[in-house]
Amino acid sequence: MSSAAVVEAMPTSGVSPQAQSSEYVLEVVDVRKEFPGVLALDNVQLKIRPGTVHALMGENGAGKSTLMKVIAGIYQPDQGEVRLRGEPVTLETPLKAQESGVAMIHQELLLMNSMTVSENIWIRREPRNSFGLIDHDRMRGMTVELFDRLNIRLNPDAEISTLSVANRQMVEIAKAVSFNSDVLIMDEPTSAITETEVAHLFEIIRDLRKRGIGIVYITHKMNELFEIADEFSVFRDGKYIGTHLSSEVTRDDIIKMMVGREVSQMFPKEEVEIGDVLLSVKNLSLEGVFHDISFDVRKGEILGLAGLVGAGRSNVAETIFGVTPATSGQIFIEGEEVNIKNPHDAIRQGMAFLTEDRKETGCFLPLDIQENVQSAVLHDNYVNNGFVDHAALEKESAELCKKLRVKTPSMHEVIENLSGGNQQKVLIARWLLTHPRILILDEPTRGIDVGAKSEIHALISQLAHKGVAVIMISSELPEVLGMSDRVLVMHEGRCTGILDRDEADQVSVMSLAAK
Amino acid sequence: MTTLDNTVKPAAVDTGAEKQKKPLPPELSILAVLVGISVMFEILGWMFVGQSFLMNMSRIQIIVLQVSVIGIIAIGVTMVIITGGIDLSSGSVVAMTAMIAATFAQTSAWPKVIFPTLTDLPFVVPLIVGLGAGALAGFINGWLITKTKIPPFIATLGMMVSARGIARWYTDGSPVSGFTKDFAALGNALDRWMPVVIFLAVAVIFHIVMRYTRFGKFTYAIGANPQAARVSGINIDMHLIKVYTIAGLLTGLAAMVAIARIKTAQAGMGLMYELDAIAAAVIGGVSLSGGRGRIAGTVIGALILGVMLSGFTFLRIDAYYQDIIKGAIIVVAVIVDQHRQGKLKKST
Repeated sequence: MSSAAVVEAMPTSGVSPQAQSSEYVLEVVDVRKEFPGVLALDNVQLKIRPGTVHALMGENGAGKSTLMKVIAGIYQPDQGEVRLRGEPVTLETPLKAQESGVAMIHQELLLMNSMTVSENIWIRREPRNSFGLIDHDRMRGMTVELFDRLNIRLNPDAEISTLSVANRQMVEIAKAVSFNSDVLIMDEPTSAITETEVAHLFEIIRDLRKRGIGIVYITHKMNELFEIADEFSVFRDGKYIGTHLSSEVTRDDIIKMMVGREVSQMFPKEEVEIGDVLLSVKNLSLEGVFHDISFDVRKGEILGLAGLVGAGRSNVAETIFGVTPATSGQIFIEGEEVNIKNPHDAIRQGMAFLTEDRKETGCFLPLDIQENVQSAVLHDNYVNNGFVDHAALEKESAELCKKLRVKTPSMHEVIENLSGGNQQKVLIARWLLTHPRILILDEPTRGIDVGAKSEIHALISQLAHKGVAVIMISSELPEVLGMSDRVLVMHEGRCTGILDRDEADQVSVMSLAAK
Repeated sequence: MTTLDNTVKPAAVDTGAEKQKKPLPPELSILAVLVGISVMFEILGWMFVGQSFLMNMSRIQIIVLQVSVIGIIAIGVTMVIITGGIDLSSGSVVAMTAMIAATFAQTSAWPKVIFPTLTDLPFVVPLIVGLGAGALAGFINGWLITKTKIPPFIATLGMMVSARGIARWYTDGSPVSGFTKDFAALGNALDRWMPVVIFLAVAVIFHIVMRYTRFGKFTYAIGANPQAARVSGINIDMHLIKVYTIAGLLTGLAAMVAIARIKTAQAGMGLMYELDAIAAAVIGGVSLSGGRGRIAGTVIGALILGVMLSGFTFLRIDAYYQDIIKGAIIVVAVIVDQHRQGKLKKST
């Protein structure tokens, strides 16, 4: 994807920033925030106009999240001030921020899952009847009214746990709007929803913009920036780099601002010699989930798995790795049939599986980097007479982390404190320590900044070069197309086609994925 | 990348059609279990004992009287569990409050009066002392949990041990009897139905509190997602202290009802009541992970436990077997609950 094409493809946004009143709805002036050992925000600025979408760009660890938490009343700045509608304000608590007109939609969606949509929206503000008891009918009515206004179609009585991520987001947005907020902060709202849902989300964002709300939009996705944002500000290492109109820059300009250097190649695919078939899957099925999946992966080959969210790509990976054993079908490694009943079997066969959800199935969050790296090798290698060979392990894991450029003060840092990109590198290190022959990567760069992303891409290429067979699942089509030798496309649990590198492009893949 | 708008399910699909059909309250299935168990004992009764299990007013009365004390405790415990916590101290707090309150409920006619100057007091004095002691124990639980951030399991475990100690220390282990007529009425008035009336009153009040007041919503919110609750502006610490205090207060009330009914207070009483109360809540569908559960469910859960206990005795099943079966039933209840929640998640 050339940068020029992206800029051309950019839709002309409805409202240009200049047309708005020049008054800012939110100003952050010289805000400084220090945590023990880290200067998270170094005298940063931010100015948001009403009725605009303002994107915040920056690598993980650039300080975007900290800044947003300052604006949302979760952190207090050490220095500097926050102004709302020109007035300096002190936002001691999230509640104070909400009442002052700043609402934040957290990436991890802070909703009460066992409660209903209505209860979540009106918590602490429930309408009460003359006996002081909560008037559920009126509350439901208020929700319906709010949803009508926002063109959201959801059952107010539905329990949150029964809703999709996208619908939960709608609930959060409705809740934010119900506070009559002037500023709405959205932290990577599209990281876990499908394309159609993104389209709906963008409709709602444009509608909110028309109402004069200033929207702060944190994202890692460049195409979203061009599609939805009027302006953007870039942060790097806790410093404010600059603010620009998104119509005046190219993709490369932004990347340069974010990383402070040129990232010449996003998908550094190396041409490597492709060897013999290593993994072969025949008619693999998991009843009710996917059916009759067959493919080969050769040494040094990268096989991309493309498809829409819910097509069953991750399920196939989980089945090959023994997380949910197949109901029928066969798996061969180097021509020999293998029986993989659980992940331990898979690891013994030289497989490694980087799972989709870092927090849920990847990291041991309260443990340190060392322990996280070592967790996959403890049952076989590095164990002598039942005792773990700590010295060897520590040395190797530290070397790996260094090689992968994990940014951390020490190997004993708790993984929870690392940024997403660094967590992902630690998890990759975990699997490299097992010296895999077959590497399955499920969304290896989701929620990761550009710099780390290209490092991970380079690493995948290197591994392929060494003869590792790679299966890579990704929802980012440019990534799949850029990295894969062949692309297997899935739709509703079935393989709809396998494309070679030269026949795979956005159109051919999508026509198979969205049959 | 915007070419793939079709095929995926539309973002928002829950609409009108669903709005009409209200889901059945989950209590119905628990009620069905209660009915099923009762019918089972009825049939087994005719088969093996030769008499009716249910058509026996005095048996029914004994069942509901026994259930009342556990039930009152279980209502407080339910609220604690909904916040995502646990209260292991109820049984010991029953003993402690019972002993303390009992010494203010004695008549001067009784030979072994603890405080000879404090006899023949109006019944509200021991009642307030008992409720106050219970509330204080609950407050300490809540304060420890919120201010020192120790897990509820540990805080209430400490209270469980200490409160039992206080109960023993208070009268050097000797039981206290000889209550005033007014105080004893708490357990015997209305032709001995008084405990049931108190239980039902408490159940109705807290059913309303949990469903129709902000206090109730906050309780659910904290258990469902403490982060979200905090961001919503709920003062979690304050609220948890209130919930644990209420749980202690209700435990105190249960203790008053218990000693008024059996007309004596002993340091060893209330043994394992905390587990019965937790079991009643869990059988009634209260989720131990917090955020889910209803008072009505707990009431039915307590009834199930009571019916089973009485049924086993009625069938002359050995007490040892009773405990074994009771344990199994609690575990089964949780398995069923997990299964139901699993299904709930799958249906998304």
